[in-house]
Amino acid sequence: MTTVALSACPACNAAPAAEALATRAAPRDVKLTLSLPTIHCSACIATVERVLNGHPGVQGARVNLTLKRAQVDADAEVSAEDLVAALKGAGYEAHELDAGSAAVTATDRAGRDLLMRLAVAGFASMNVMLLSVSVWSGAEDATRDLFHWISAFITLPTIAFAAQPFFRNAWAALSARRLNMDVPITLAILLALATSLWETMLSGEHAYFDAALTLTFFLLAGRYLDHRTRAIARSAAEELTALEVPRAWRIVDGHEVQTPVAELCVGDLIRVRPGARMPVDGEIIEGTSELDRSLLTGETLPVAAAPGTQVSAGEVNLTGPLTLRATAVGQDTSLHRMADLVAIAESGRSRYTSLADSAAKLYAPGVHILSALAFVGWYLYAWDVRTALNIAAAVLIITCPCALGLAVPAVTTAASGRLFRRGMLVKHETALERLAQVDTVVFDKTGTLTTGTPTPTNLDAHDADSRALALALAEGSAHPLSRALTEALRAEGVNPAGLTDIREIPGHGTEATWNATRVRLGRADWVGARTGVETSAWLAIGDTPPKPFTFTDSLRPGAAEAVAGLKAAGHRVILISGDAEAPVRRLADTLGIDDWTATALPGDKAARIAALQAEGANVLMVGDGLNDTAALTAANVSISPASALDAARVASDIVLLGTDLSPIPDALRTATRATRRIRENFRIATLYNVIAVPLAIAGLATPLIAALAMSISSITVSLNALRLR
Amino acid sequence: MDVLVWLIPISLLLGGAGLIGFLYTLRSNQYDDPEGDAQRILSGEYDDHPKR
Repeated sequence: MTTVALSACPACNAAPAAEALATRAAPRDVKLTLSLPTIHCSACIATVERVLNGHPGVQGARVNLTLKRAQVDADAEVSAEDLVAALKGAGYEAHELDAGSAAVTATDRAGRDLLMRLAVAGFASMNVMLLSVSVWSGAEDATRDLFHWISAFITLPTIAFAAQPFFRNAWAALSARRLNMDVPITLAILLALATSLWETMLSGEHAYFDAALTLTFFLLAGRYLDHRTRAIARSAAEELTALEVPRAWRIVDGHEVQTPVAELCVGDLIRVRPGARMPVDGEIIEGTSELDRSLLTGETLPVAAAPGTQVSAGEVNLTGPLTLRATAVGQDTSLHRMADLVAIAESGRSRYTSLADSAAKLYAPGVHILSALAFVGWYLYAWDVRTALNIAAAVLIITCPCALGLAVPAVTTAASGRLFRRGMLVKHETALERLAQVDTVVFDKTGTLTTGTPTPTNLDAHDADSRALALALAEGSAHPLSRALTEALRAEGVNPAGLTDIREIPGHGTEATWNATRVRLGRADWVGARTGVETSAWLAIGDTPPKPFTFTDSLRPGAAEAVAGLKAAGHRVILISGDAEAPVRRLADTLGIDDWTATALPGDKAARIAALQAEGANVLMVGDGLNDTAALTAANVSISPASALDAARVASDIVLLGTDLSPIPDALRTATRATRRIRENFRIATLYNVIAVPLAIAGLATPLIAALAMSISSITVSLNALRLR
Repeated sequence: MDVLVWLIPISLLLGGAGLIGFLYTLRSNQYDDPEGDAQRILSGEYDDHPKR
């Protein structure tokens, strides 16, 4: 991943001079938000807050355990990277989030709005229920009428306020000539109010004010649960995507000017610094370096780059500064052409009909017909509109999908909460249902099963001098292989040899003088060795034959457990990678994956998934790169790690917050159980209807029976969902 | 049944007081971090001047 030095305000990045002015005029504080995927207890809260508050320049830090985030108020010069490093030192993984993202406040407002309506509905239904209980226990004549009138005065404004979400959704569905769950809900509420008001005016015996209110209350509770689960996931995912800054350095009259990527044109000269991502497709005209193409192609070996090399947007420049001439910008870059593959691939999620939708499709016409038949039947039998309308209303109220409205959100809330505690964000509403059907799991290699960072494999094959030299040379470079070598050798307690004239030759390696001998660490062809199949850095001391330090891409923590767990659960595990055959074969052997494909192009991955689906398989795709996005979209359900490119995270249904892959098999188990609970809940709700509907049609249902059926079924359904926690 | 003249307004007032109380807690961000609050009570580090 690119690390771009960010100040809190994007405009300040664009204009350093203005920033200096602004700070002098009014020293401003910054608000930083950090995602902390691994915190889980009071000790974690205390440690994280102590570390953050102890950091110089931090004025205050507060951890939110529910969202697994920390909010930090700090002086302007404190950067999120320092805080992330400080937390890493204390043993906590942290990522910066974009605090300015408007999505957070917006979703929160929607949640509060629902909660407010829920509270008002709850208050009103308690009061009306109190009055209704007095009516049921025998209040008569004038007293009963008084109670009904008071109920009406509480109910009408409450419904007008609290049930608005249902009215709006029902209207939207009807104007599009569709039926959804909100249409029967709205009809039931309105019909119940109309008949009850009419009955009250005629001093009738039965009024359904309490039923209309409790119905609204339970349904709002379902809506709120649903909203909360998804709002958390959505805002966190959106904030993660806000991390990549779309800016580039354009060369104008010999000066570097920071320009938004959107304003670059074909023919512009663009400077790309080491560690930065190519903003456009182009040709190198100056500088030598190495390119990391792993996010685009899955290749782990860096590719040499020199004037004349064609580069694609999205590749990362590793060692030396490069100047490009842009050949394609914006929509024309290969990056975007790859994104178009995503649009072409038929999305797995749009093909799926959720359980709730299929239930609503059966249910909504069913109750309308039933209620209409009850009305017509009773009208023909008794020639009395009042009786017929009362019974039709009773049928609608009793069948009203109170429990159905809770059946899905109660379960998904419990299941998503369980997965969130294990570090997974469920982004899409039907992701759990689709995950439950999965029988085939396809993994990407680089960045998914492996961390994408190399680790040395043959340190023991080198003598003490070579190691000391290698360490000293490696410390002179920021190349990923050098950094890996430095880390590993330092960990073994090696001290660097004393060198003079250390200089890095971009695209080749590092060179220095040691006891009047020239020493080099770098690419095979540069030190005079033959290029091998393995990723390696070669050490040459004087004229002696160069010796290789070989590297392997290190396994992501939990990868072995995840693959073993999936295989034990009877799933078919497939590895498809864009990398060369040797590293893919090695990884497949290590993890025990028999079915693997190397050097796959992005289109190949999506095609393979489509072929699997044609055989009837339900595919889970786990991937992180741009070359995976088409496959992620095509698969029935998809997971990407938090370190993935934003396009990949957008395409996937579930985001892994931590680096650990081991929660994946557990997610599949949880999803299966969640779907089973949802079906159970539908059965429970149906069972109550089977008992209550004949009573309603026979004209035997009273408001008391309606209230009992509604409350008991809703509570059973919620309790059943809680078993999942 | 004269007592109803008192009882009904009282029940409505009590319910309304509960509703207003809830709306106050909602507006003062008391439901932002329920899990964190449940854990914080176990912590021995007291903050006598919390900002929020």
